[in-house]
Amino acid sequence: MGMVLTAVAVLLLLALVFGALLGYAAVRFRVEGDPIVDQINALLPQTQCGQCGFPGCKPYAEAIANGEAINKCPPGGETTIQALADLLDVEALPLDGEHGEEKPPMVAYIREAECIGCTKCIQACPVDAILGAAKQMHTVIVDECTGCDLCVEPCPVDCIDMVPLPVTTRNWRWDMPPAPPLAAAERGAA
Amino acid sequence: MTAQIRIHDIPGGIHPPENKAQSTTRGVEQPPLPARLILPLLQHIGVPAEPVVKVGDHVLKGQLLATAQGRFSCALHAPTSGTIAEIGPAPYPHVSGLHEPAIVLDSDGEDRWVELEPIADYRALDHVTLVEKLAAAGISGMGGAGFPTATKLLSRPDHRIETLIINGAECEPYITADDMTMRHYPAQVVTGIEILMHVLTPEQVLIGIEDNKPEAIAAMREAAQHNPTIRVVPIPTKYPSGGEKQLIQILTGREVPSGGLPADIGVLCQNTGTALAVHDAVMLGRPLISRVVTLTGGALERPTNVQALIGTPISELLAFAGLQRERLHRLVLGGPMMGFTVDPQAPIIKTSNCLLAATEQELPTPPPALPCIRCGLCAEACPAQLLPQQLHWFALGKDYPQLQRYNLFDCIECGACAYVCPSSIPLVQYFRAGKGEIRAIEQQHTKAEQSRVRYEQRLERLQREAEQRERDRQARAEKAARAKAAREAREAQEQQTGAATEPDLARVKARIPTLSPEQKQLKIAAATARMALQKAQKQLNANPDNSDLQAQVVQLEQAHAEAQQAFEQATSQEDT
Amino acid sequence: MAMAPISPPHAMGSNRTRTIMLQVLGATLPGVALLTWFFGWGTLINILLASCFALVIEALILHLRKRPVMFFLNDGSALVTAWLLALALPPYSPWWLVLVATGFAMVFGKHLYGGLGQNPFNPAMLGYAVVLVSFPVEMTSWPVWRGIEELQPALTPTLGLLEGLQRVFIPGSLPADGWATATALDVVRNNSALTMAELRATEPALGGMAGRAWEWVSLAWLAGGLFLLYKRIYSWHAPVGMLGALALMSLLFWNGDGSASNGSPLFHLLGGATMLGAFFIVTDPVSSATSPRGRLVFGAGVGVLVYVIRVWGNYPDAVAFAVLLMNLCAPTIDYYTAPRTYGHARATRGMGKGQSERH
Repeated sequence: MGMVLTAVAVLLLLALVFGALLGYAAVRFRVEGDPIVDQINALLPQTQCGQCGFPGCKPYAEAIANGEAINKCPPGGETTIQALADLLDVEALPLDGEHGEEKPPMVAYIREAECIGCTKCIQACPVDAILGAAKQMHTVIVDECTGCDLCVEPCPVDCIDMVPLPVTTRNWRWDMPPAPPLAAAERGAA
Repeated sequence: MTAQIRIHDIPGGIHPPENKAQSTTRGVEQPPLPARLILPLLQHIGVPAEPVVKVGDHVLKGQLLATAQGRFSCALHAPTSGTIAEIGPAPYPHVSGLHEPAIVLDSDGEDRWVELEPIADYRALDHVTLVEKLAAAGISGMGGAGFPTATKLLSRPDHRIETLIINGAECEPYITADDMTMRHYPAQVVTGIEILMHVLTPEQVLIGIEDNKPEAIAAMREAAQHNPTIRVVPIPTKYPSGGEKQLIQILTGREVPSGGLPADIGVLCQNTGTALAVHDAVMLGRPLISRVVTLTGGALERPTNVQALIGTPISELLAFAGLQRERLHRLVLGGPMMGFTVDPQAPIIKTSNCLLAATEQELPTPPPALPCIRCGLCAEACPAQLLPQQLHWFALGKDYPQLQRYNLFDCIECGACAYVCPSSIPLVQYFRAGKGEIRAIEQQHTKAEQSRVRYEQRLERLQREAEQRERDRQARAEKAARAKAAREAREAQEQQTGAATEPDLARVKARIPTLSPEQKQLKIAAATARMALQKAQKQLNANPDNSDLQAQVVQLEQAHAEAQQAFEQATSQEDT
Repeated sequence: MAMAPISPPHAMGSNRTRTIMLQVLGATLPGVALLTWFFGWGTLINILLASCFALVIEALILHLRKRPVMFFLNDGSALVTAWLLALALPPYSPWWLVLVATGFAMVFGKHLYGGLGQNPFNPAMLGYAVVLVSFPVEMTSWPVWRGIEELQPALTPTLGLLEGLQRVFIPGSLPADGWATATALDVVRNNSALTMAELRATEPALGGMAGRAWEWVSLAWLAGGLFLLYKRIYSWHAPVGMLGALALMSLLFWNGDGSASNGSPLFHLLGGATMLGAFFIVTDPVSSATSPRGRLVFGAGVGVLVYVIRVWGNYPDAVAFAVLLMNLCAPTIDYYTAPRTYGHARATRGMGKGQSERH
């Protein structure tokens, strides 16, 4: 009987000690981070294009936090999906083709001779990257344009083109070297 | 001479065949004047220069063609006299083969100088004026990266420069441009160094020269004899001892902090060619319009060094050195370790130190890469003490956080790792691609952040506008309600006083004149006539002597009076 | 220009994987020659068998994995694996033993992980460990060596080629007694009664330092290793780490020359597969740590483990197990031994994906 009591006492003591230790650790090493929605939002490309089916990046970030799939953002592409997968510790899925394909970075270009100055594109632009006033020709601030496509649809005279960002010697980049023969053969076999 | 300078060893490094002898036998030659020069607006690190000439302008040799745009930019001058043929995209010495904006100058063959303003005694000038003079001469570093020299001299005004290092190491195989500069213009180089000393007031000046250039060492020692502050330090021949960070380590034993500048540890490094350009700018008043370029490689009949005008097309220099087209396998601008393949249509620019027309034997096509066996020879060769085998692994897996953790951005891309790799893995390309990718991702993040802020600001603005509209609407509604209440109160009062509403309505109607279409037309006619009259009167006021106008005004006055009368008649008829 | 640009450096050193592999093979020749002198044709038959098996298996798997066969066969890595495995196996190992060992080495040691450069374990040692665990009898009896008959007339070394072939291909067709014996390491391990001097007197196999024949073969491996060091095929770190740690351990736990002796440092350095391991096995770059400092730690780990297993473990020799155990630790060693990069105050060490400071 004494033995049993001792054992119970010891176990109790151990439980108390470890409990206290865990409790202390939880307080001491608490990770102070952004709320998860902000962290997700920070990884999204902020084009506000709505291709994911949500009215902007923040809403999609909220949806992801509530369990929405992470592969619905074509402008972010593979990089964003990978980053989201790393953040949320889930599997990186291939981009959902239903929402569009990954494209090189684009900017809107207004054919200024054809612009009638209707301001419809200005109202559509989510980042205020189009300058102009009623009956005045409009123009795109290239550095601010996210290439979201949202201004193309409202234009009554179809004078907005989406063009890829021009490559110059300053933004030209080296590609990774061609795949070594083992990978090449693998691809050929696949 | 004071105590011997201690030479420090650098980790890693390699000893590739030097191949320097073949281009040093003919001195520094003068190639023929090219008929057309291509002068890219971007020949340095930073912002392109802005042209100040137009197509068709005639310019003199040394005349300013484009001005610097801010501090990280560099002016551009005409290397010879002639006419501006074009301003626009032109071939550019870049590995991508892309074109860049340039000023194209057709030479008139006279090579006539603009009036130069040499400085008789630079010691009398303060350092700000001297630096401005260097900036105006368009000097940027001539060793490799092309950092604008004036900016470099002012890079860390809060740090004292204790040691000025003149880089004459020239560790890369084949290149002899600095060697020949030191051999043939030692006095000028030393004067250039002394001008830099006047600007920076360093405690010591060390000229680091690899010990495989005994002639250059002797010439520089002789020229610098009179100045005890300047010391020529022969260093062991080992690639890449001429890298800025490596040379600083060899001569001072100190390391430039990662991501920092040499000025952070009180050191400034300048290339010998830059020192020569400084001399020319100050003592002769000449802007930087030419430089020493090594022409070498097995595909050239007579490898040599030339004093070439900036903007000379590469093909013309190669022709001067006797290019044997059938032997040419790879054309490299720069050396075999860090140079890049170029289009022969492109011109040489301020940073171009060597043209290597190599045969198949000299620079053979690399065999296909084998898998990495982690032999570690690359880590042994790395002067920055990186682990290229690990970086390669992470680059293959696109693991960008790990690449940064393993200090990818401290890689100086010297190529020693790829040189020793037994599996022929193009390591430098992996690292460059990795760096490019990481920079692009960082840029994307910055842009995304910027977009997010703009988007949120827009939402706020829209919200504000909506709220404002809502407030306005409410205010209007309240006003309307008040007016209604007041009217109702008045009506109630009037009802009480027994006044009829009928005549009231008639009065209101009478106050707003309703016009028939005919009357409207008359009113418009009258208004048009009034406008025309006013306009004419204004013109008349401006030119009181114009008799035509005077007559016109009289006519218009009459017309206006008639129209007005017709309208008034019509309305009064209606009223009666 | 539509062509992809060629990345610098344009100049290339003359060093090639194939050359390295061939030089490693060349460096084993003195040892092979001495082994052949002492034990007859057994070693050469081992090498020949293992090489053929390895090349055939490699070619087969490359074909199955749809890789260019000749391109990879040419690199010589399969040959090196087979060759080192053959040197580790007792001479005159039955052909099926060699086949099993080589098969495991090539299939499980190398190709299942993705082929050359991808294997976490030393393939030769993996193959060796598998047969050592599975066929202890065959693996622990070494043939007696030339000259033993003068000391112990009961024993006769197998020296003729025909006899050797018979032992390899028709095992059991010749008398099992009198041609094989325990190694010196075994003798010392199992001894608990005699002092070292007494042991030396009763067991002529013990020789001067670490067993006759063994000492000479070990010195031959050492010579080959020094040649490879001179040729800068590998750095000194891993061999010095292993030999240093083993010497230190055997010095600390020597226990003198009494009956409780664990053998002198020289006995351990020159006995068993120590030298072969130090200069040809722990120097395998693929499965060891990657930085020079890491290799020193890796080698030292192998040295300590070899001693621990030899003296307190169940196996007479331990290089294979020690190497395999340290292979497991190599990635961790890598994390903690990264060199300090130029311009950094200290090295980024430890696990984790945290970013290095960048300005």
